[in-house]
Amino acid sequence: MSQLIWDGLFVGSFYALIALGYSMVYGIIKLLNFAHGDIYMLGAFVGFAALTSLGGIPASLSIGALLVVMLVSMLLTGTAGVLIERLAYRPLRGAPRLAVLITAVGVSFSLEYGVSAIAGPNPRAFPIRLEGNVFSLLGARISLPQIILMLIAAVLMILLNFYVQKTSTGRAMRSIALDRNASLLMGINVNSVITRTFFIGSALAGAAGVMAGAYYGKIDFLMGFIIGLKAFTAAVIGGIGNIKGAMLGGLVLGFVEAFGAEWFGGQWRDVFAFAVLILFLTLRPTGILGERVTERV
Amino acid sequence: MSENVDTTLAPRMTRPPSSRLSRLFESRQLGWVALGIAVSAPFVIATPYALNVMTTAAIFVLLASGLNIVVGYCGLLDLGYIAFMAVGAYTSGIIAKAFDLPLIFTIPAVLVMTVLAGLIIGAPTLRLRSDYLAIVTLGFGEITRITANNLTVTGGPSGIFGIPGLLKIGDFDLQSPAVFYYVTVIIVAGFVLAAARLGRSRLGRAWRFVREDEDAAEAMGIHTYRVKLLAYIFGAIWGGFGGLLFAAHLSAVSPQSFIFLQSALVLMAVVLGGMGNMRGVVIGALVISLLPELLRDLAAYRYLAFGLLLIVVMVFRPQGFWPSLGYEPERRKPDIPDPAGATEASR
Repeated sequence: MSQLIWDGLFVGSFYALIALGYSMVYGIIKLLNFAHGDIYMLGAFVGFAALTSLGGIPASLSIGALLVVMLVSMLLTGTAGVLIERLAYRPLRGAPRLAVLITAVGVSFSLEYGVSAIAGPNPRAFPIRLEGNVFSLLGARISLPQIILMLIAAVLMILLNFYVQKTSTGRAMRSIALDRNASLLMGINVNSVITRTFFIGSALAGAAGVMAGAYYGKIDFLMGFIIGLKAFTAAVIGGIGNIKGAMLGGLVLGFVEAFGAEWFGGQWRDVFAFAVLILFLTLRPTGILGERVTERV
Repeated sequence: MSENVDTTLAPRMTRPPSSRLSRLFESRQLGWVALGIAVSAPFVIATPYALNVMTTAAIFVLLASGLNIVVGYCGLLDLGYIAFMAVGAYTSGIIAKAFDLPLIFTIPAVLVMTVLAGLIIGAPTLRLRSDYLAIVTLGFGEITRITANNLTVTGGPSGIFGIPGLLKIGDFDLQSPAVFYYVTVIIVAGFVLAAARLGRSRLGRAWRFVREDEDAAEAMGIHTYRVKLLAYIFGAIWGGFGGLLFAAHLSAVSPQSFIFLQSALVLMAVVLGGMGNMRGVVIGALVISLLPELLRDLAAYRYLAFGLLLIVVMVFRPQGFWPSLGYEPERRKPDIPDPAGATEASR
């Protein structure tokens, strides 16, 4: 029981980290960034390339190296997110939703098969593998890397929350989410704020990618597809566009999956997650924390 | 960049085509010409490989014409369309194998199952906003594949094989490659024609209206939910028959055939050809399915190229290469501010 809760918490914090990017972008420009999961994959591959070029790293330094590589990867994936927004999404702002969605599918496709063309279609082993002592707490088996990764995720989320709640850019983001035209009239540079949002969301996904690579030890060019879908599920569960909701949704989805896999068998894990998504979208599309929004015509 | 927004969404072909070329392309005989080409193709090249490729392409055309009903006519983005093909293929394969029937007798079962699948997927989701719908259909597509992968009745990861042929009367076997190709072409032609006629029917007009402006359509007395559900069910039937032909063609079905990549490829055929225009979609499907055969050496880059092409088409020519006549852009939702104004003011 406590093992399931711990597993759910751990996987959930990954989902939450990726769901944040989905949710922030959706909250601000109502765009479903389909390629977000692939940014996560890109982050893992950037981390892979950086670590490989560094050469052999002594085991005692692996945490430090991982942090440095994670920062590099965050910078690069953030930049990639900004480029994607500039080249693919901005020209279509105001276009019909269908066109934007199809573009997002195209971006996702290009990222996946671009990485596959460069790095090869076969899975790669991540150069750093976090291993540590396993100890048990209240009957749950907990390992040191799990704690470190969860701490990193928690720190990133706390920083993000501070950024959105306390800084002027964060305030600008929230005001654009409420009313873009009014924000424009108030002198907010809407485009630059949207660019920053994309940067932050993509950087968080990139960090999650490096962390996943170091923890699971294996990366491939389609790894972002399912997790992108699940992060979206997490964002919807919490209430899309809501930052705290995305964190909560990630944890809830982690629990649901851990218990679902326990009760129905591990091979149904993904089915269970998507069934929860469909259930939420039909019964409570605004999520747990979301407010009811009537669509204006 | 932002100046593009207004122009790309403007209708490109509001007046009747005047040049000889466009008159040719809009001519009513074009369908017969295409059928003629399809029928005479085996006389030009009839190696087993070529017949195999051509049959696959014909099945792909059927899938694209079905997705065109959902995406092109009705404007609902379905990212899990291949699930309907999976339902059709598995239904026909399992029943034909279990009762040792020729595949042709499973048609009623395929029809029932795909309509059911369309209802199950469509009924709870069609009230959702369009972007939610896209991701839910994607989830359904994955659920279908994973379920097929896990159940024993579907043969698990290795799928089912040794599926009986379409029909065999005495010495006449529909399963021989050339005959099967012609059978496929006839069935596909029938479905493409039916889809095109549907697009011009009263229901087809309702679909277009829903695509252009759902609220206005609702206000005009169109039962939008029912109309959308019908689009879904028709799309499901087309996909199911694609699956039936697929099962007959390969005599084996396995979950790997129904990954998201396949859904995306069908979608690309619809988008590149021109959403809503059946002729464009047929050509798009042929290009998407035949191009990789011609460019074998560039296999590693072809999906990358497809993805980039999708972006470029949406940014510069969202109505596709060959849009339907009188294409009207979707009205802008007022909650999205004018992008041109936004960029100008913030610079």
